[in-house]
Amino acid sequence: MSATSRPAAPGESLAEPPSRPARPGRLRTILFASLPIGWVSLLLLLPYLFLFAHSFFRLKGGQLTHELTLDNYARLFGTALYPNTILFSAGIAGRVTLASLLLAYPLAYLLAFKVKRHKNLLYMAVIIPLWVSYLVRAYAWKIILGQEGILNGLLQAVGIIDQPLTVLLYSKWAVTIALIHIYTPFTLMPIYAVLEAIPPALKEASQDLYATRWKTFRHVVFPLSLPGVVAGCTFAFVLSMGDFIAPSLLGGNDSALMVSNLVVSLFGVAFNWPLGAAVSVVMLAMTITLLTIARRIEDRMTGGGKADGRTGGPPAAGVGRGALHA
Amino acid sequence: MTSGPSARPPARRPADRWGQTLWATGIAVFLFVYLPLGVVILYAFHDANIVAWPFHPFTFRWFTTLAGDRGMLAAAGASLKLALLAVLLALGLGVPGAFILDRLDFPGKAAFERLVLLPLILPGVITGVALLTFFSFIGLSLSSGFPVVPGWPVVLGHGAALTSVVVTQVFARLRRFERVLEEASQDLYANEWQTFWNVTLPVIRPAVLGSALLVFTLSLDEIAVTFFLIGRQNTIPLQIWGLLRRGITPEVNAAATVTFALSVVVIVIWARLLREETG
Amino acid sequence: MPDPILQLAGVTKRFGDFVAVDDLSLTVAAGEFITLLGASGSGKTTTLRMIAGFEHPESGDILMDGRPITGLPPYRRDLNTVFQQYALFPHMRVRDNVGYGLRMRNTPHAEAAQRVAAALEMVQLTHLADRTPRQLSGGQQQRVALARALVNRPRVLLLDEPLGALDLKLRKEMQLELKHLNRQLGITFLYVTHDQEEALTMSDRIALMRQGRIEQLDSPHAMYERPVSRYVADFIGETNLFEAIARRLGDSAARLTVAGKELDATVSPSWSEAGPSWLAVRPEYIRVADGADSGPNRLEVTVTEAVFTGQVTRLYTRLPDGSSLVMHWPPGETVPAAGARLNVTWPVERGLCVGD
Repeated sequence: MSATSRPAAPGESLAEPPSRPARPGRLRTILFASLPIGWVSLLLLLPYLFLFAHSFFRLKGGQLTHELTLDNYARLFGTALYPNTILFSAGIAGRVTLASLLLAYPLAYLLAFKVKRHKNLLYMAVIIPLWVSYLVRAYAWKIILGQEGILNGLLQAVGIIDQPLTVLLYSKWAVTIALIHIYTPFTLMPIYAVLEAIPPALKEASQDLYATRWKTFRHVVFPLSLPGVVAGCTFAFVLSMGDFIAPSLLGGNDSALMVSNLVVSLFGVAFNWPLGAAVSVVMLAMTITLLTIARRIEDRMTGGGKADGRTGGPPAAGVGRGALHA
Repeated sequence: MTSGPSARPPARRPADRWGQTLWATGIAVFLFVYLPLGVVILYAFHDANIVAWPFHPFTFRWFTTLAGDRGMLAAAGASLKLALLAVLLALGLGVPGAFILDRLDFPGKAAFERLVLLPLILPGVITGVALLTFFSFIGLSLSSGFPVVPGWPVVLGHGAALTSVVVTQVFARLRRFERVLEEASQDLYANEWQTFWNVTLPVIRPAVLGSALLVFTLSLDEIAVTFFLIGRQNTIPLQIWGLLRRGITPEVNAAATVTFALSVVVIVIWARLLREETG
Repeated sequence: MPDPILQLAGVTKRFGDFVAVDDLSLTVAAGEFITLLGASGSGKTTTLRMIAGFEHPESGDILMDGRPITGLPPYRRDLNTVFQQYALFPHMRVRDNVGYGLRMRNTPHAEAAQRVAAALEMVQLTHLADRTPRQLSGGQQQRVALARALVNRPRVLLLDEPLGALDLKLRKEMQLELKHLNRQLGITFLYVTHDQEEALTMSDRIALMRQGRIEQLDSPHAMYERPVSRYVADFIGETNLFEAIARRLGDSAARLTVAGKELDATVSPSWSEAGPSWLAVRPEYIRVADGADSGPNRLEVTVTEAVFTGQVTRLYTRLPDGSSLVMHWPPGETVPAAGARLNVTWPVERGLCVGD
């Protein structure tokens, strides 16, 4: 096929040479495009901007006013509570991310390379929990870790302990375990997608060139899977840091130390929306920074381009999106 | 082959120990993902009033209790209505969104692309409070539209946040779509509109339907955004959450089991659609 | 020439800075089988796509039956296309694929069904009418694509490398089949390919394209025997090409210096003394000189390798200055060993002096 025979790029079909009358589709195209753009601007862009604006509003006698102020940020960074909460949440999220990665990678590897039969079925089985019953998965740990829960019951039955452990539930450990459980499939998805895309011939070529299976993994498979690892870790970190349901169900007093729960209580009982908005904006900024870094890293690793035609969008999300289709 | 393979068993390589470790780890992780879910489902059949060790088999009475629970039924109605409206909104705006991303160059396209994906990547709490500040600023009451809809803000919120799902799914399909099919259609006397209905839409149909199903399940399961935008009438997850705060009876497990089963059915249909598409 | 059915007049198409088609003019006669032949990027596919209506030229006009169709969308043009990868609609059965154009033109149901049946009969796919494209082999898909276009009885059929994805044997069969269809149906065929052999096999005329322009427009025979340039000689068939210093000896003759030897050659009409000159000789016209030969064209060569390809044996040789020459060795004769020295020659009218 000659180089010029590619299907017309979007720009070309629209940009008619000036000497010709404009195609009648032009106006229709603009109308058609304005619909989703308007929708997204109105219900996503504007709300995010409002959140940003709210973080500069002043609260007077419990009433929200539209006077602008930097007080909220001053209070946010001036009180140890807020930075500490953010750090504490980041610490939990970091542990969750690491554990999810360590759990997800072997399973993704197994599914991608070792499982021969019912591969798609098994993959679906692993990621189905992603889309269903988020609450159920958090709640399950309440049944397992509770004072009269299954773990205590089992331990007592076996005779390891004779009094039920009360430290299991309502602690940061319960939150951490539940979050690991919830976000492991999330981490697995992009890793599986990249592993799956590695041509078997690459592994064979490596072994043909005298690499053992371990060296093949270390020098070929693992480096190629890094974009998926980065994407999966980004997901796990961002989402577990922003989770407020698992902490409120399982965290007990520790849940007050999670930043998203802080936002919930500032918007709820405390009714201090401006401060809540300020905390949200800081979270938003951290998230976007992280996503940008992840995107950069992925870009560099994949040779700086959208090598994979299937995935557009931010690669951090892109890999995961592609996996939805795998 | 002169020397049959049966004559001499293939030498087991020592590295198979790695393989075994890998399998063991994989299976353990699989169990870690599924056992807690299994526990919840098991306890839906728990013949006692509180969810606690040990398990008492077996009763269906919690499903009966559930079927007679007015609050839960009202929540189910609200959830279904909300999910259907979210599907309509997300499809109606997400499909055109995917098309303009795939086929149109316009100023701010990159920004549009990132913005539309934000709700998928951001923690729901941020999207939730952002929408809350917005609706409260424009003065749209959280229970407006009730009881026709569970509240306009929550409907619009789900619609907006889940548009991302449709955009990504349909966009991914459009990237693989062979534009030459459209040319072939026009070559065979179909105008742009006929081409869209007869060729483009049918070919990407599995992706469109699949994203609709995905939006449906995600909306049914959504808490973070719903939590901030819900008016008077709870959805199922919020209703369950409410029950959880009041001490747990196996009714919660029964409700969880039903929604789980429903979601799995929807996802299986979705997977079927994908397979149908890939041949 | 019979009535022209299709005319391109000064058509130019750019993609950014790249000029894909450069002021191209071409007249196609009704019923003709004409091939646009060229390498990747030569503009042949863009030309076809402009005729079909998928691309729009910046300047120039495309006329069908003398009426301009330049601004018309593809669906208002009375011609049909067979696409490179067939572009069959994956969600429709073979029958519905073939009937698509008729449906879009609101052909009465009974007539449409009958024409679809006839078209499937013609390409011998009646038994597969209810399959979907995925269930067909490449060759079968190709025939569906053909039926889908021909069922509309277009005045002109455009074919964009339609055989590229088929294996060699099937391709040869289809080449003949297409040629027969062209004769039988009286439809004008405009065929795009990069395969010169395919072009030579099927075409009434070939337009060899180079950098968006037509380098030579001729019958296959004329193009093979009288290439107008080094580019054409090199593109069509197998040729020995020697860079030469040339001097015109008259209207149609020149004397060239190749590897220090003076040789006589026939001049191509477009050659001029000013530009670079090349001597082009087809390998099948080169033979070993014997005592009876007294012609001027003699070269001493050293055999480097003989390669048997089934139909012919190619003898690769080297001239004293190191340049190489290939000739066809007569069948049945003993092939000389590597290192053997030969005196070779060819008729003066078979040596062509061409420009770049």
